[in-house]
Amino acid sequence: MCTCKRVRLGTLAVLCLVWLCVVGVGGTRIPPESSQTFGLGKPATSAEIQSWNIDVGPDGEGLPPGQGSVQEGAKVYTATCAACHGPTGREGPMNRLVAGEGTLGTDHPVKTVGSYWPYATTLYDYIFRAMPPTAPQTLSPDEVYAVVAWILFQNGIVDETTVLDRQSLPAIRMPNREGFVPDPRPDVP
Amino acid sequence: MNPRDVQLGDWMNKATKILRNVFPGRKFNRRAFLLGATSLLGVTATPWLFPSRSEPAPMNPADPTRVPGSPARMYGQRSPFVEARRIPALTRSRTPLQDLHGVITPSALHFERHHNGVPAIDPTRHRLLVHGLVERPMIFSMDELKRFPAVSRLAFIECSGNSGSQWEEPVQLTAQQIHGLISTSEWTGVSLALVLRESGIQPEATWILAEGSDAAALTRTLPLASIIDEALLCYAQNGEPLRPEQGYPLRLLLPGWEGNACIKWLRRLKLVAGPLMTREETSKYTDLMPDGKARQFTFEMEAKSVITTPSGGQRLPQPGFVEIRGLAWSGRGRVTRVEISVDGGMAWQPAELQEPVLPKCHTRFRLGWWWDGKEALLQSRCTDETGYIQPTRRDLIRVRGTNSYYHYNAIQSWKITKEGRVENVYV
Repeated sequence: MCTCKRVRLGTLAVLCLVWLCVVGVGGTRIPPESSQTFGLGKPATSAEIQSWNIDVGPDGEGLPPGQGSVQEGAKVYTATCAACHGPTGREGPMNRLVAGEGTLGTDHPVKTVGSYWPYATTLYDYIFRAMPPTAPQTLSPDEVYAVVAWILFQNGIVDETTVLDRQSLPAIRMPNREGFVPDPRPDVP
Repeated sequence: MNPRDVQLGDWMNKATKILRNVFPGRKFNRRAFLLGATSLLGVTATPWLFPSRSEPAPMNPADPTRVPGSPARMYGQRSPFVEARRIPALTRSRTPLQDLHGVITPSALHFERHHNGVPAIDPTRHRLLVHGLVERPMIFSMDELKRFPAVSRLAFIECSGNSGSQWEEPVQLTAQQIHGLISTSEWTGVSLALVLRESGIQPEATWILAEGSDAAALTRTLPLASIIDEALLCYAQNGEPLRPEQGYPLRLLLPGWEGNACIKWLRRLKLVAGPLMTREETSKYTDLMPDGKARQFTFEMEAKSVITTPSGGQRLPQPGFVEIRGLAWSGRGRVTRVEISVDGGMAWQPAELQEPVLPKCHTRFRLGWWWDGKEALLQSRCTDETGYIQPTRRDLIRVRGTNSYYHYNAIQSWKITKEGRVENVYV
């Protein structure tokens, strides 16, 4: 009788242990290497994605419809950009945008859009998201295409009749396109 | 008497009783209490009522054992005698390394770098969007992100422009002015890998765009395989929610990588098939070499150390014992050794490292020294667990020239003059 009770209690204890191992206390244990998700977050709607999806890649992906000419760009530049970058993009006081060709390997490199930037698409992306600093993301696609065209014209990369859009902008090859190398560090013995 | 006066009277009676219990030998009544309270108010309120041009004089009774101290506070403040402060400019401020102890930077002194101001963000409205090459684009509230399994770790964040002035001719600056774009905090958040799992990553996704919710909408693209093991989406710093200037309510932390890549005010992660060549990874944060080529995606911050005591602008009062103290760190792991030279790099001796020594974190080092009053040249040189040794300035410049601007990590030399002045020199 007594032994029988012990056996039954023992079985119960083993079953409890097995149950704890499988189910855990108060829920299921999540092994660290599992691919289980947590069911947190909500599916993003296309409207939510669209309102923030403003990046432009080097292949032009993300460029919106619209177009802008060098002539229109001159007006946008004078009204919006010249106060910080100078009347022709060479004077500053903020980052110089124009000139500097052939200076990168010298003692006094001048890093500008024309001499340094490897992709023209970066100009569209950056100007729309961050310029002018007092009112970022307010320029229209036409205005951004136009001011990009004007800056590239000032650098001698496009001619003055150029009109840029989502097809023509990614096709522009920047002078310093091959000017970048991967990180070789550690490099100092 | 209106009910409010009754309440006030009750409160004063209670306070008087408490004082009688605390100071049993003294006489307290409501009149004495009122007098005490008003005089205390007078002392504390005077600087507010009559602000002077300089800092208000600290309340410092001749004998603090004879005057009751100030009451408890909702949010603590440091002593008015403590003056360590950042040096703010429009887009950055630097940590006063020479005034700190141990390895943790107080949150209020963590360096800042921002590209169009510190945004004011309501956390209840903040969202993180995960999209691009994923199975399910997802959007997360801050409450949802905090429900994921959390993790805390100590890590430094260093701006890759830190110490950049040292590429050029030496100028007399402090450790803070030269090297103050680095700080260490305990960061708490959720592993990036766990959050991405909710969306399911497509096999072509090899890079990830991170975007801030500031007025620069700052973006970097990052190689996914290199960051996935350690990247954290952080919502807390040193036990509190992030400071606004550190990305409140959410920032990316990439331990050991340049600060610019640790996007603050994080609002969007987009899985992509290659780098998007954002402005911050082409026109900026690339390292121009003497041959005119620029290194790109130079993320890791290499091993570096700096003596903070004694350091630039300080003065040794007289010959005698000086504990040389400083900080060392490596973006590639643990600091394994720090050596000190007092003769400009001819002889080296090991410094003591304060335990625990953690990977990708500040390591505090110390070495006792007897200054004999003669001219001396103090240097520290650290080695990390990969065997990398912090280079001399001469070796660094021989390889990289002086136009790379970012990632300066050469040995710092401080000259001690016979008068005890500490000057920034190149050896």
